[in-house]
Amino acid sequence: MAAYMSAGRSANAFSTHDFVPEWAQEEVSTGTTIMAVEFDGGVVIGADSRTTTGAYIANRVTDKLTPIHDHIFCCRSGSAADTQAVADAVTYQLGFHSIELDEPPLVQTAANLFQQMCYRYREELMAGIIVAGWDKRRGGQVYTVPMGGMIVRQPVSVGGSGSSYIYGFMDSNYKPGMTKEECLHFCTQALALAMERDGSSGGVARLAAITEEGLERRVVLGHQLPKFSNT
Amino acid sequence: MALSNVLEIPTSGFNFENVARNVALEGLLEGGQTKTPKPMKTGTTIAGLVCKEGVVLGADTRATSGEVVADKMCAKIHYISPNIYCCGAGTAADTEKTTDLLSSNLTIFSMNSGRNPRVVMAVNILQDMLFRYRGQIGASLILGGVDCNGNHLYTVGPYGSIDNVPYLAMGSGDLAALGILEDRFKPNMEMEEAKELVRDAIHSGIMSDLGSGNNIDICVITKQGVDYIRPYQESEYKDKRQKRYKYGPGTTSILTEKIVPLELEVVQETVQRMDTA
Repeated sequence: MAAYMSAGRSANAFSTHDFVPEWAQEEVSTGTTIMAVEFDGGVVIGADSRTTTGAYIANRVTDKLTPIHDHIFCCRSGSAADTQAVADAVTYQLGFHSIELDEPPLVQTAANLFQQMCYRYREELMAGIIVAGWDKRRGGQVYTVPMGGMIVRQPVSVGGSGSSYIYGFMDSNYKPGMTKEECLHFCTQALALAMERDGSSGGVARLAAITEEGLERRVVLGHQLPKFSNT
Repeated sequence: MALSNVLEIPTSGFNFENVARNVALEGLLEGGQTKTPKPMKTGTTIAGLVCKEGVVLGADTRATSGEVVADKMCAKIHYISPNIYCCGAGTAADTEKTTDLLSSNLTIFSMNSGRNPRVVMAVNILQDMLFRYRGQIGASLILGGVDCNGNHLYTVGPYGSIDNVPYLAMGSGDLAALGILEDRFKPNMEMEEAKELVRDAIHSGIMSDLGSGNNIDICVITKQGVDYIRPYQESEYKDKRQKRYKYGPGTTSILTEKIVPLELEVVQETVQRMDTA
């Protein structure tokens, strides 16, 4: 990863006498908080909406919850370009696979496609992805594919730069057997806490619930986020 | 299948031959004689917004090479297709060539498929290409256009990331321009108000950023067609040329004249008829 970062910097050979400030020469990173929770009957996924180029917020209303298939989504963190490219590639592969099978694809398949790509190109890519969705065989599932290309299924998973601040909240507040509404509330709170503490996360909280019936998206605007501190 | 890259399938892998050549050149010239020419950057303010009837794009017209203004009337709004235009910030050569390449590919695609290109197609082609070059192509582009699916505005970064938002500013003056846009943008604005807002955004970029200046170009794309207003507003700081720099015949005096006729003889004459029917 160190090699990747320095290659990105030295590629910009025109750095003297520039009217382009330092932060504009950085790569666009999602510097994010993403999370996903399984419940009986589906999954709830959530993300913040901030994309940064260095210290500048390039997009304050980003949608990091990317559809891969009808009932499968991925949450993207890391380099914006890399994750968009990988998500596009996997969307194509999964779509092709689903047409061949004449069946909706499994979440595990999607997760493994991500894992294969992230592991093979691990030196060049900077992508941490959470794959979540619903399928008929195993219901709601969350698979996390962090940088490096590992894959593991977890009932609840957080990712991105803001995740460090909410591991404690997640461990103490997650209970198995929550309903969809409880999961949505849990995600909203977790995202609000992370966005409060992490400079690279912010904007609005985007949530989505994926069940057999389909997709339900929600946006919680900045001023509607739950507040925790008394100051 | 109508492919978008019809002229050539891109070869896989990277070709860094020119990097080695540049390093070698740098070594040769470092002796003190000349320095490698600085690439011309646009050091720009570009902005775009989606309004009720279409898309309005704006740009300044200054191109810098180091501290010198290389071009005072540079055209930063590039033609992609009759319904899509693209503003480019970053290295001037990169934005020129990338948009040219995109325009050619889309023209061929239009001819092959008989359809008008869609903005999302243009964006995907750009993203593919810029991602493949891993940021070596220094082009930050704002693409705007109107197609059968509505009015669209996208930005493509040099590493190949896309954002789809209703209003945007890029380039070195983007912070100043974005301030104006954030303050006064409303969804579904009227055309005149939208043009004034883009003009104000570029103007604030010109005033607050050294790399942007001179005139303001505006490009309005609607379902009915395109209005490319160049310049929309001229800079107040124009200088008048002190002299004419064209020298008429007689400026240099002729001392001697020697005329040598060339002896030509016709060796062979063939006549070929053209079938013009």
